[in-house]
Amino acid sequence: MHGRPRTAPKPEDAAASAAKAQKLRALQSQFLSYHHDRIYTKEALDTSAKLLEINPEYYTAWNYRKLAVEHNVKESESSPESVKSIFDEELKVVENALRQNFKSYGAWHHRKWVLSKGHSSLDHELRLLDRFQKADPRNFHAWNYRRFVAALLGRSVEDELQYTEDLIGNNFSNYSAWHNRSMLLSEILKKKEQESYSQDTISKEYEFVLNALYTDPDDQSGWFYHHWLLDQTSKAKAPLLVSSWPVPGSELVVSGNVSLGDHPLSSFSKVTVALERFPVVLYFNQTVEGVNSSTVAIQCTFVQNEDVTWKPFSPQNSWASKVWVGYLDLSGVDHHSSAPHTVEVKLGHHKGIMSSNGLQLSVPFDLSFRVSVKPLETQSSKDEKLVWEEDKFYACEMPIPCLCYDGISVGNKYEPTTSDWQIGTIAEEISQIRNLLAISDSKIGKITLARLLMAHDVMSSPYATKTVHAEEVLGLYSELMKLDPSHSQYYKDERSLVLLQQLLSSGGTLLKHCFYYGGITSSSTHGPICLRLNNQSISRMGAFDKLLWVQMLDLSDNELHSIEVLRASNHWLSTLTRRMCDLATETILVLRLNRVKML
Amino acid sequence: MGELAGDKHVKYILCVEKKKDSFESVVMEHLRLNGAYWGLTTLDLLGKLDTVDSNEVVSWILQCQHESGGFGGNIGHDPHLLYTLSAVQVLALFDKLDVLDLNKVTDYIRSLQNEDGSFSGDVWGEVDTRFSYCAICCLAILKRLDLINVEKAVRYIVSCKTLDGGFGCTPGAESHAGQIFCCVGALAITGSLHHVDKDLLGWWLCERQVKSGGLNGRPEKLADVCYSWWVLSSLIMIDRVHWIDKEKLIKFILDCQDTENGGISDRPDDAVDVFHTYFGVAGLSLLEYPGVKAIDPAYALPVDVVNRIFFGRC
Repeated sequence: MHGRPRTAPKPEDAAASAAKAQKLRALQSQFLSYHHDRIYTKEALDTSAKLLEINPEYYTAWNYRKLAVEHNVKESESSPESVKSIFDEELKVVENALRQNFKSYGAWHHRKWVLSKGHSSLDHELRLLDRFQKADPRNFHAWNYRRFVAALLGRSVEDELQYTEDLIGNNFSNYSAWHNRSMLLSEILKKKEQESYSQDTISKEYEFVLNALYTDPDDQSGWFYHHWLLDQTSKAKAPLLVSSWPVPGSELVVSGNVSLGDHPLSSFSKVTVALERFPVVLYFNQTVEGVNSSTVAIQCTFVQNEDVTWKPFSPQNSWASKVWVGYLDLSGVDHHSSAPHTVEVKLGHHKGIMSSNGLQLSVPFDLSFRVSVKPLETQSSKDEKLVWEEDKFYACEMPIPCLCYDGISVGNKYEPTTSDWQIGTIAEEISQIRNLLAISDSKIGKITLARLLMAHDVMSSPYATKTVHAEEVLGLYSELMKLDPSHSQYYKDERSLVLLQQLLSSGGTLLKHCFYYGGITSSSTHGPICLRLNNQSISRMGAFDKLLWVQMLDLSDNELHSIEVLRASNHWLSTLTRRMCDLATETILVLRLNRVKML
Repeated sequence: MGELAGDKHVKYILCVEKKKDSFESVVMEHLRLNGAYWGLTTLDLLGKLDTVDSNEVVSWILQCQHESGGFGGNIGHDPHLLYTLSAVQVLALFDKLDVLDLNKVTDYIRSLQNEDGSFSGDVWGEVDTRFSYCAICCLAILKRLDLINVEKAVRYIVSCKTLDGGFGCTPGAESHAGQIFCCVGALAITGSLHHVDKDLLGWWLCERQVKSGGLNGRPEKLADVCYSWWVLSSLIMIDRVHWIDKEKLIKFILDCQDTENGGISDRPDDAVDVFHTYFGVAGLSLLEYPGVKAIDPAYALPVDVVNRIFFGRC
């Protein structure tokens, strides 16, 4: 089926083929009648062996042989030698079949079946595997079988690791060996408690893989392994809160019940919401579980903490998420008093919020905001309709509240989330890859450098990523778009994420993109602040943790092609539909001149 | 760029169906039910399913059913999930799912789920995520997914995730585009795609596109038309298909055609077969090539067939 040249059939070939076909058909037919009549004589068995030698994919014959073994073993219960010889015969049949097709699922499974019966010696198996490895180092059947045999033999992880090292030493382009190495190392790293052991191990692996990368910078195998090492090195340690809504320190005026039809444009501080479901949003630096009223304390006069239900903000029913929402019932608050109520949100004081690696959120975070409830002003809602006019934008001068979280943790200090070793290792790799790129124009090398530089930036400042390397990374992605045009959309998406990080990470840059949208509300309050990210060649949205405070987002004249991409980010910005009402923030998302596909 | 020689491919498939006595045909007799699915789905995608006698096919399929409820690859062959799925898919093409004794088939399928959530292909116990896909896809088409432990099935599939974001046949196995299709498809059908790291897997998958424009199944391997299905449908299910160059892939598939005698091969100028003809046409369908019906990336059946199953006549 694969790799056979396309040739016009010659008449002699047709005749020979027809004869072969007839013989095989007769054999198959004979076999099937033995099978259906449950005949397990030597003659019958030989027929099946012959069949499997020609056509190891004829799976019913493997089933038949298992039935025959079971039948014949029962007959010779008394003699262990004859039992062993029955199984040895099966191993021979498998070897013959594998010679014909060393990728036959049926043959490999039959061998596993035989060995798991426990009557055969395992001595031969590793040697058999060596032969297959030499014939085709990428044969995944052989690798799977190797894992099976290694388990049966009780081979140590270290021995198997040495095996992969030997193979890779012979031939760096052995993705399968690298893959196995990464699986074995994962096991080891999971078990070892000492961090220094993990660090030493990973450092050694970087040296090991660099040899491969220097030898053949265009072979992907080493680079994918390097990518895995980078992942291991940049694993965030403890979970942290990175962002939340309402914006800490803000004062909100909440009015009445939601009107699903019109969305009156509100000023920055006015929110129209279903009073029973006022949301509090918590955004973490990684997926966490365990956010509930025992681990997050809401303190205010009108809500009992135990009544607050926290849910992961995720389209599916999962129990973990990066974003969590808790709903407060404000319907009991006195509408007539305009005095704002303080709401305090405290987390990290009690254990329970955990990442998927079992690390606890142990740094306490205390946030507060103030809220007052006013009855819905039904008349003014008619006047407040959004009309998009370019000249209605006014530059912002005042500082934008709450861009970064330096300082919301209790006592203004935070635990560093990355170690010196991590940053040092990334810095070392950056230098190594730069050297490599100086002598070879490797596409995947450039991708790796871009990832390393971004990882370095993120690690150096976990809350507000100071994007020191952003310009260089943006440059790398532009080069990659030219070097590898087939994948240009991938590079564009990656570039968009870096650009967003860059634009949103410093107050100064951000201010340049913030405008008041004027002309509607009373003079005592400004119009809403609109974040204008138009005309930036953005093909993908990201950095949602930095956008929670946004009420109006202008993404016109970009290259967004799919709202699904937004949805997939599990963020409230991702809906243009009724679902936005759930979170009670009136976000106006402008997508003018993007070719957005509504899925 | 060339064109799709649709009529030639239809002729080729109808011809192969009749040539039961060639050596190629005899040596593949054990998977004829798969072959029926490949050939007939291609015909449907090219709008020519009506050139086949559905009653003949349906009656042959039913003869492939074993007393256990499962289907064998041909009459008299042992039952297996691989052929059970093809049987159900072909019956769905002809809108003849009602000929099935539903309980018989579903009992067979559910009996093959193991304690850890995995599926054996048959009573002999080979475990592989391909079989998870067969079971889940089949039961979903028959609307009886409730008969298995979906949560455990999903958990087993997730345990087969590799460190490059892909999936292998068993835990610890290497990523392979065919297995990735099976796992992503099964996760899509069970509404569990949030377990996939779409960016990580998306990058690994888009890197399957090589210079020729074709797709390979794993790093450092040759491009092959069948990966136009497995890699492409996976990319579509995780919404990252824009990360490959679709035009180049279309050109590669068209170059694999035998425009004289019909049929598509694994790579240009190789021998054609029904398997690659199906995957080439299905790939073109996913790439929205004109004249080819739309195909569902998870169920691997024409979209109108899937709509008919879940939403009644459309």
